[in-house]
This record gives sequence, C-alpha cells and structure tokens, in this order.
Amino acid sequence: MTMVFQPSPDMPPPASQTGLLHWVRNNLFNSFANGLLTIIGLAILANIIPPLVNWLLIDAIFQGTAETCRQGQGACWAFVDAQIKLFLLGPYPTELAWRPIFSAVLLFGLFIITARHMLKTAHLVVAWLILPLPIYWLIGGGLGLEVVDTSEWGGLMLTLVLAVVGILASLPIGVLLALGRSMQNKVIKGFCICVIELVRGVPLVTILFMATIMLPLFLPTDVEIGILYRVQFGIILFSSAYIAEVVRGGLQGVDKGQGEAAVALGLNRWKTTIFIILPQALKIVIPPLIGRCIALLKDTSLVVVVGLLDFLGIAKAASQDAEWLGFDAEAFVFCAFIYWVLCFSLSRYGRSLEKRGQVGHH
Amino acid sequence: MSGQNAALAAKNEQDTVISLVDMNKWYGDFHVLKNINLEVQRGERIVICGPSGSGKSTMIRCINQLEEHQSGTIIVNNQELTNNTKALEKVRKDVGMCFQHFNLFPHMTILENLILAPIWVRKMPRKDAIDLAMTYLKRVNIAEQSQKYPGQLSGGQQQRVAIARSLCMSPKVMLFDEPTSALDPEMIKEVLDVMEELANDGMTMLCVTHEMGFAKSVADRVIFMDGGEIVEENEPNEFFNNPQMDRTQLFLSQILSH
Repeated sequence: MTMVFQPSPDMPPPASQTGLLHWVRNNLFNSFANGLLTIIGLAILANIIPPLVNWLLIDAIFQGTAETCRQGQGACWAFVDAQIKLFLLGPYPTELAWRPIFSAVLLFGLFIITARHMLKTAHLVVAWLILPLPIYWLIGGGLGLEVVDTSEWGGLMLTLVLAVVGILASLPIGVLLALGRSMQNKVIKGFCICVIELVRGVPLVTILFMATIMLPLFLPTDVEIGILYRVQFGIILFSSAYIAEVVRGGLQGVDKGQGEAAVALGLNRWKTTIFIILPQALKIVIPPLIGRCIALLKDTSLVVVVGLLDFLGIAKAASQDAEWLGFDAEAFVFCAFIYWVLCFSLSRYGRSLEKRGQVGHH
Repeated sequence: MSGQNAALAAKNEQDTVISLVDMNKWYGDFHVLKNINLEVQRGERIVICGPSGSGKSTMIRCINQLEEHQSGTIIVNNQELTNNTKALEKVRKDVGMCFQHFNLFPHMTILENLILAPIWVRKMPRKDAIDLAMTYLKRVNIAEQSQKYPGQLSGGQQQRVAIARSLCMSPKVMLFDEPTSALDPEMIKEVLDVMEELANDGMTMLCVTHEMGFAKSVADRVIFMDGGEIVEENEPNEFFNNPQMDRTQLFLSQILSH
C-alpha cells in the first residue's frame, strides 16, 4: 500500500537576540582588548568632533562681509556664498551662465533616464556617446551661439567637462583597445599593447605637459589647437588605456561557452562580440569602471599644473582675492565637500547599476 | 542500368548530410582524433558514446568547427569546411548545437535568446522571428516563461530553451553535446522527451550521451569511441546485445552493470 508523503510545515527561525544592547555587546565590547579600543576611540572622537562641529556649523558665519568673518570664530561660509559664481563657472561670462547650466541639466537628465531605464539600452549608449558634442557646443559656442574662448572656462564646470567628456570618449576607445588586444591579428594586437602600456607607464602630469608643450611642436605652425582641447585629448588618452585594461579583465571573465553558442548559431565574430560578449563583459566590470570614473574626476585637478583653473585651482585663486584674503580653509573644505558629494553619488549610482544588472542572474 | 546507378549515386550524394574522411586532430602534440571516417545520411539519428576523454565531444565540435581539424576532410551540406570564414558561417546557420551547460545568454530574456539569430543571421523581420520563437517555445512546453531570464529557469527548462533556440534557425542537422549530463535526475526525462520528439519528426541528429535508454529507443546507429578512434558502430540492437570488440564489451558491462 502506498503512503502519502506529507511535507512538513515551514517553521520560523529561532527568535534571535536582536536589539541595541546586544549589538553593542557583540560588536564593541566582545573582548577586553576590543572594549579598550572602543573607549580609546570614543575619547579621540570626543576631542575632535565638538570643535569641528563648532567651526563648521555653530560658530560659522553664513552671511556678511569679510570684516564680520574676521571678527567671528567659525568658518566663513559668506565667502563661499560671495564667490559662488567663481567656484562654479570660473571667469565664464555671467550673462551666458545658462549655457553651462543647461549642459548640466542635460547631463543629469541623462543620468536619471539611465537609472530609470526609460530608453532602450542601444539608444542610451548612443545618447551618452554623443553627449560630449552638445556639451562642448553649448559651453564653447559656435554654430549660432556666441563663442566663449576656452581661457574663460573654469571652476566646477571645467572639472566636470574634462571628467565627463574624458570618460565618455575614453569608454569606446578603451573598449576598442581591449578588443584589439585580445585579437589574433599580431599587428593590431601589438599596436594596442604598445598604446596601453606606454600610456599606463607614464603619470598623468607627464601626459598633460606633453599635450601642452610637445604636441604643438609636431603640428604645423599655422594650426593652433587651444590648450583646453589638448589637455582634454591627454585626459582621454590616459583614461582610455586604463579602461582598456579594466574591460580586458571583463572580456576574460565571460564564459567561453557564450561565444561558442553564438558562433554555433551562425553569428559572425563582430555580432558575437557586440551582442553576446561585450554586454556581459561590461556588466562584470561596472565596479572597477565606476572606480575609474571617480579616479578621473579627481585626477582632473592636475590640470592646474598646465595653467587651467579647474574647481580646485579656482578655489585657490578665490582665496587670494584681495577682499577675501585668508579664507583658504573654507575654500578647500567647500571644494572637498563638493568632490565628495560627486564621488559618493557616482559610487551609489554604480551600486544601483550593479543591482539592476543582477535581475535574473545567478 | 548504368543510368540507374548514377541516379542512385546522385541521390546518395544528395542525402549525405555529413561526411568525415580520414579526419585527424591534435591539441599540440596530443593526437585527440585519429582517422575518423563517418557518413551521416539525412534523417539519421546517431548516438555517440564512450569513456570521457575519448574524443566524442571534440568530434562533433569539429562538425561545426568550434574545433579545427588538422588533416582529412569534413563535408557538411555539400560544403567542405576549410578556414574560409564566410563558407563556415553559412554551414553553421544550418547546423544546430546544444551544449552540456546550455550556454543560454544570461543577459537576454528567453524570447530574446531565441530571436537573436533569426533576426541577425537570417535577416527575418522581428515580428516573424517572435512568432517563430513562440511556436518552438510551445513545442518544448515552455512558452509561458518567454519573458524570464535564463537564471530564473531550472536546468531542464534551460536545456529545452537551448533546443528551441537552435530550432529557430531551422537547422538541417542537430548536434547534442552531452545535453543531459549537467541535469538533476528528475529533469533528464523532460529533455530526452523533447529530443525524442525531434527525432520522430525526422531531424538528422548526432548525439553524444550516456543515456543508453535513449540510444536503444531512438538511435539508428550507435558509435562507440575510445582513445580518439571509432572502435565500433552498429545499429542499437546489435550494438547492445552483440558487441564485437572486447573494448565495447568492457564499456557496456561497466555502464550497464547497475
């Protein structure tokens, strides 16, 4: 006679000891040494945090002149407020400020569209890749817009232009270099290895100096390319080499069976790469790619050495304004805060991309 | 009389889908396939078995050139396989393949997996490709999963999707490379059922498998390989009940002793 198998009902897990006290005991005082470290740590924090909060917020002066600031004890945020246009746009003509602002709106709009996946992936890729053109056109002018010479670009705007255009342009170049490096063809492979290893073997500062000083030597004398464009070129070159190596890692991480399955279906090598290999490789390398974006955003501060006034450079310049002399600390703290906000947002953005990519995958 | 012979020869010629003549392959110095000779007629169902490392997977992977051979001739659909990439891509369109680990594309939905090749290789309009894909998904009993991703399906379901994906290219031959080896016991049957149905529809099939029950009920011919060579080939009844070579007898006694 057959017996009927009855699956056992699901039971809740044993009631765990949760709660604040339990957490504190388990994480901060779980041994004598750790207890001691906790107490020392708390003592140090108690000495640092109150004066810092006092300076940053409680005693800080948010409105007024340089004179009111000098009489006060805290940070002089009135200085940042007074110079905010300089921080954000540098010497860019104020009456044309809508142009960089509109560029920023385009950029963040595209971020939101991407995060919400409001367009097809193929359309998104195209939109991101052509974004540098409207950015340069809006800020620089031409084709019906009043031309603003690149010597008048500066501040946070310049930092963002160099970093955003640098990343967007170096992604496709980096992908091509990575694909070239993994090709059978010895000539293409050798060329890609040379480019990647030469650029990676040199510090960014060197590349920037070469772009500003040496590049003009190779160009005909009547051809003049603005320093900003040369610096942008150097940054793209630098970033491409690093992205190529990141992407190459991703290409190696894709299961060999994927390419075999695509080829067995009759897809040629390029279609296999574009539809099957690259999407999976890029998904694998989202975390290191975001890392590269963050690093590049901060690396752009090196353009100061070739005379461009990026966000950090303008902060230094602003604190040497005769009227507001002596507020370097405020300038740099503000600068650091904005950099942190940007980098942290990028990092969170990367996390959300990773999470979205995990839907339906092992 | 001679005219009749010529007609017969022509018919034979036409009906030979795959022919391997004195085919050899090496991995470096290692001689993996030795003088393989094999003819497959249209509609034939062939099961290839043998111990691991005997070269059976490598052999069927040579048929669509996922592996290159170094000497001898391979002719598939009257096209000799050389390193002419264009000709090779043309042959691959008509040769479907299922893998041990399914190799579905994890970043695409089931439906997208199925319509990719018809759209980009056969240049089929998207709507037609979707109709075709849904037909085959229904045939492997999995139409309701079309919007899911491969990772959300069981192994057996994934392998059935992989079969449907190959069928969307209307292949003239199907190659199966151990299609049930990575599956849980309870899922093997659902995949074998689909394969058996395919065989009954007259599909030309080459199947590397350890499922001897499948070989007995479906195969027209069983091929036993060892050490990179075809040791013995026969129709299944003879092969299982009256194996000629001692190596075949040993193999069968090993796998059928439980």
